[in-house]
Amino acid sequence: MKFPIYLDHNATTPCDPRVVETMIPYFTEKFGNAASRNHSFGWVAEEAVDYAREQIATLIGADPKEIIFTSGATEADNLAIKGVYEMYAQKGNHIITATTEHKAVLDACHHLEQLGAQITYLPVNAEGMIDLKQLEEAITDKTILVAIMYANNEVGTIQPVREISEICHRKGTLFFTDGTQAVGKIPVDVNKDGIDLMAFTAHKMYGPKGVGALYVRRKNPRVKVTAQMDGGGHERGMRSGTLNVTGIVGFGKAAEICRLEMESDNARIIKMRDRLETELMKLDEAYVNGSREHRLPQVCNISFKFVEGEGLMMGFNKNIALSSGSACTSASLEPSYVLKALGLGDDLAHSSLRFGLGRYTTDEEIDFTIEAVSKTVTRLREVSPLWEMFKEGIDLNTIKWEHH
Amino acid sequence: MAYSDKVIDHYENPKNVGTLDKSSNTVGTGLVGAPECGDVMRLQIEVDPATQVITDAKFKTFGCGSAIASSSLATEWLKGKTVDQALAIDNMDIVEELALPPVKIHCSVLAEDAIKAAINDYRTKNGLEPIADNH
Repeated sequence: MKFPIYLDHNATTPCDPRVVETMIPYFTEKFGNAASRNHSFGWVAEEAVDYAREQIATLIGADPKEIIFTSGATEADNLAIKGVYEMYAQKGNHIITATTEHKAVLDACHHLEQLGAQITYLPVNAEGMIDLKQLEEAITDKTILVAIMYANNEVGTIQPVREISEICHRKGTLFFTDGTQAVGKIPVDVNKDGIDLMAFTAHKMYGPKGVGALYVRRKNPRVKVTAQMDGGGHERGMRSGTLNVTGIVGFGKAAEICRLEMESDNARIIKMRDRLETELMKLDEAYVNGSREHRLPQVCNISFKFVEGEGLMMGFNKNIALSSGSACTSASLEPSYVLKALGLGDDLAHSSLRFGLGRYTTDEEIDFTIEAVSKTVTRLREVSPLWEMFKEGIDLNTIKWEHH
Repeated sequence: MAYSDKVIDHYENPKNVGTLDKSSNTVGTGLVGAPECGDVMRLQIEVDPATQVITDAKFKTFGCGSAIASSSLATEWLKGKTVDQALAIDNMDIVEELALPPVKIHCSVLAEDAIKAAINDYRTKNGLEPIADNH
């Protein structure tokens, strides 16, 4: 077994060696600018981009012309939200999103609020799902966009995308989804799912960092976004800038591998994820966060009550890399806003760990993780005054805590 | 963020983990922090009433590695000190000893608060005025 074990695949994934191999010639001999129309270097690059565009479009059931390359999902989120806001300003200024969205979506919405947009932030239930009735009621004749993520990055909850898009289209508004965590991991089909715009990125699907895409529907309806980057008019005028040909080639290969191997990868990963979860849930006072039913196959998020997440990770972070919803691991001192939106108290949010499995995770690594996490939880509970009080039957809510 | 060797050592081998009889008149208990904030420290001292020397100290902490290390270190420092000497322990001494980074200074503040709270509990139990809180 090689250490450290990587269980943070929702943050990023390693490049598949087959992806790297495909990319290498495009750094050196095939270095052309895809926009150079009058020599073979340009043609070779353009051809490679076209091929990748097709590979990526096939993965999501789109037409290649509907793929707009960006620097990543954050840029694609921004382009979708700000681009629609500008393009459809005549129709209205209202956007609906949810409290558990990624910061790239929420902060883009906050930005538009400063410019006069009306934003509705839908709450989610304990599983992390929005309420469809609430969504329908929130849509007005001024609503230009509904932005609801496909699957959540912290708990993996998959939103009822088809029902959401049905409501949006019946009510005459566009539907944008941040597909960053879903595309390449579970089947996503822009037509069956009724998606008008979708952001996604290569580095979450074993491709390189620094390249992503925005899917923009061309038919039924034809969707347009105002460019947020002005320049040479690349990408049908929606995103200027010399294409990252090497990255795009890798993105394409990564998408193709995901399409071909998703089923077999998932069958393996879900077994390991479930075993990890079952074993860890044997610990007292452990809680799975989010939905166990509507969830990405490779993630599980568990709170171990009465121990703090960062303290917990310190017990094994020489050997295992994963994330916590604890405040101490973030720049701010606030615990995860996603877990809080699910209704978790701050104490449980502080006690959470996110396990993100991936293509190269092995059974051996899962065995090691089960043992290391179980041992550390047990050891730290022996050091925890809260655990002692709990064992004595003291209700922690009756104690007047001194907040500092 | 890398932890100092001293933090790691206290985390892996915490000193004086445990519980003293909080109903005893010679024991002072300080419980500070809040679960919502991600750290709670309980620090206890046993005082010899004749000499005012702290003969034993125990802690339990819910929190990150730096919080556990700060309270573990505090119990080590407390043992053998008189109550007055213990009052002089400053959070910056803990920061220095454990080489805590700026984002972890609050852990040392909490440990100092826990010491003061334990001493005040002991004083109140024995009919003395609590020491004023300077935080």
